Amino acid sequence: MEETNMDDCEHNRESEVAPALIAVHPTQKSVAVAVGSNLRVFNLQEGCSVSLVDDSGVHMHKDSIRAIRYGAEGKLFVSAGDDKLVKIWVTDSWQCISSVSSEKRVTAVAISNDGRFVSFADKFGVIYAVEIEGSHENQSLPNKKAVPILAHYCSIITSLECSPDGRYIISADRDFKIRVSVFPEKPSDGAHEIQSFCLGHSEFVSCLAFICSKDSQQWYLLSGGGDSTVRLWDFTCGSLVDTCHVGETGLLQSKEGIDDRLLAVTGLCATPGGSLIAVVPIPGETFIPTSLAAASSSNQLWMVMGASSLCTSDSAPLARVKVLDGFCESNQDSVEQEARVLEDKDLPGSEQLLQTLQGSSFIEKDALSAAAAAVKTAMCNLLIKKQYPSENREFRKRGRNDKRVDKKK
Amino acid sequence: MLTSSTNWLEKVKTRRNKEEIMGENPTHNKKTGLPRKRFYRARAHSNPLSDSHFPIPISPDEVDYSLHYPEVVKVDPSKKIEFADVGCGFGGLLIALAPLFPDNLMIGMELRDKVTEYVKERILGLRTTNPGQYQNISVVRTNSMKYIPNYFGKGQLKKMFFLFPDPHFKEKNHRRRVISPFLLDEYAYVLAVGGIIYTITDVEELGEWMKSCLEEHPMFEALTTEELEADQVVKLLTAATEEGQKVARNGGQTFRAVFRRIATH
Repeated sequence: MEETNMDDCEHNRESEVAPALIAVHPTQKSVAVAVGSNLRVFNLQEGCSVSLVDDSGVHMHKDSIRAIRYGAEGKLFVSAGDDKLVKIWVTDSWQCISSVSSEKRVTAVAISNDGRFVSFADKFGVIYAVEIEGSHENQSLPNKKAVPILAHYCSIITSLECSPDGRYIISADRDFKIRVSVFPEKPSDGAHEIQSFCLGHSEFVSCLAFICSKDSQQWYLLSGGGDSTVRLWDFTCGSLVDTCHVGETGLLQSKEGIDDRLLAVTGLCATPGGSLIAVVPIPGETFIPTSLAAASSSNQLWMVMGASSLCTSDSAPLARVKVLDGFCESNQDSVEQEARVLEDKDLPGSEQLLQTLQGSSFIEKDALSAAAAAVKTAMCNLLIKKQYPSENREFRKRGRNDKRVDKKK
Repeated sequence: MLTSSTNWLEKVKTRRNKEEIMGENPTHNKKTGLPRKRFYRARAHSNPLSDSHFPIPISPDEVDYSLHYPEVVKVDPSKKIEFADVGCGFGGLLIALAPLFPDNLMIGMELRDKVTEYVKERILGLRTTNPGQYQNISVVRTNSMKYIPNYFGKGQLKKMFFLFPDPHFKEKNHRRRVISPFLLDEYAYVLAVGGIIYTITDVEELGEWMKSCLEEHPMFEALTTEELEADQVVKLLTAATEEGQKVARNGGQTFRAVFRRIATH
């Protein structure tokens, strides 16, 4: 029965189902959740919800938020999405200092490590940069125009990251590509120099993360994709260091008859301790996070599951927040046993946090699993290239003049 | 349907049938073994924005050289493609370049499958009739605007050709142009420092556009007049290509922009 519901969703509101997103302040001062057009922020230090102040003179988000992110230093926060607005916030007062408008829907955002630039990517594969001056004073900036700095040729950008060393901007797309571009000194001139391409995925690339090797202190890039692999890259030269096939890790063997196409890696997160967490939605699981986040200073992993809107219900956007605690720096294999999901009452900020971020402290499981399924279908529809059987393609071409010669032969 | 066109089709049909009965491979010229163009007629344009349904190598390492250059690979398996003719059309330039640069591997990239098929047959025919020659050229059906980095690594190419590309007049469609500020980043990536990008068109507006894109890009500089005169390839841009010959026949004007990839900083 769920299957048919999902199909209906596909046709009606495919693009309108947006996954719930989560982001954590680098030193865990606050945590933000975006569901649909709602942006909810909770102050973990004071244990209270944050009210957002929008002085930019532009309305709040009116459509699904597709990307949220804290800057590396935690001073800035950016939210953007389907309403073609990129909102830049300062996190000490939660004032919106700038609303940048985009021509197309925004799919990903990044903040340069020095906090001077915000970059965002649109649905046609163009990546823009906006300079933020005086971001440390709490003054509103004039609503600036963004400059395009680079582009993937008509491909949806799925993820955008600034490398931890600040030298590169890395963009992943639906056409299996990861592009590593030198971040320009003057972004207004464009990011013309391509450092490398990381090529190896055989389906869309869905997510990127960085991980630091403990021995050499070198940063590596991680990518997850629709080909159900997580890949490790040396991104300065674009070489593939390692590939992990999710289906071969042994965790999935108990589940039989799972369509490979459904095993897309949808989320990635690397903890400071060197653990890697990848999300692979498996049908039947009760909690499938739609977004992950970890602060650089702690060993807690924040997860959210939810969706902006569902065709089955017109209720408020749903989200469920959970925290996985206790990543140790020891060996990676035992992470599963050592980490545990915190009970709701043990969460930092407990009841109030859930009230703020989830919208309600208790959420039905059924509604959530429907939400997760809808999100996954929407994502696959958007990113997986439709394959027409060859007969269908011939049929589509039949009316064309240049094919007539073939028929006569 | 108009009767006249039906009659015409009927005529063509009977003629083709006759030919089929007479020859074993009617799509090829019996004397030269080369394919005949009218059997590979295709639309003049192809949508570069649509999703592709042809195989694409995942990375440059996966390009199968033994398929494209079987004889060369036997001698030197480490050889890499150094010239790319983007939008090669019917392959006139490749065929003119092949004997001039026997030691360089070249590839034509074309989006229209029938045209690619024609060029493939043409090269195979030339290889058969001229043993030992034309082993260094090949063709691939691909969308070079999307997949250039899948075929060539950083700094791999020495020459890139963009000859008589689709003009895409409407401003809305400018992003479909094969020379654009953003795509030049990718061309600069696959070109070695000192590598040369050749563009030519018979559409003045497009000529201006391509020139200004290249002039404004920090990683390209124009060749001087002397350098242009010394470069034997420049003359081929109009003389060797089918489109160039067509323009010359009609007494049209061409607009050329030839630039060199330079190092940054």
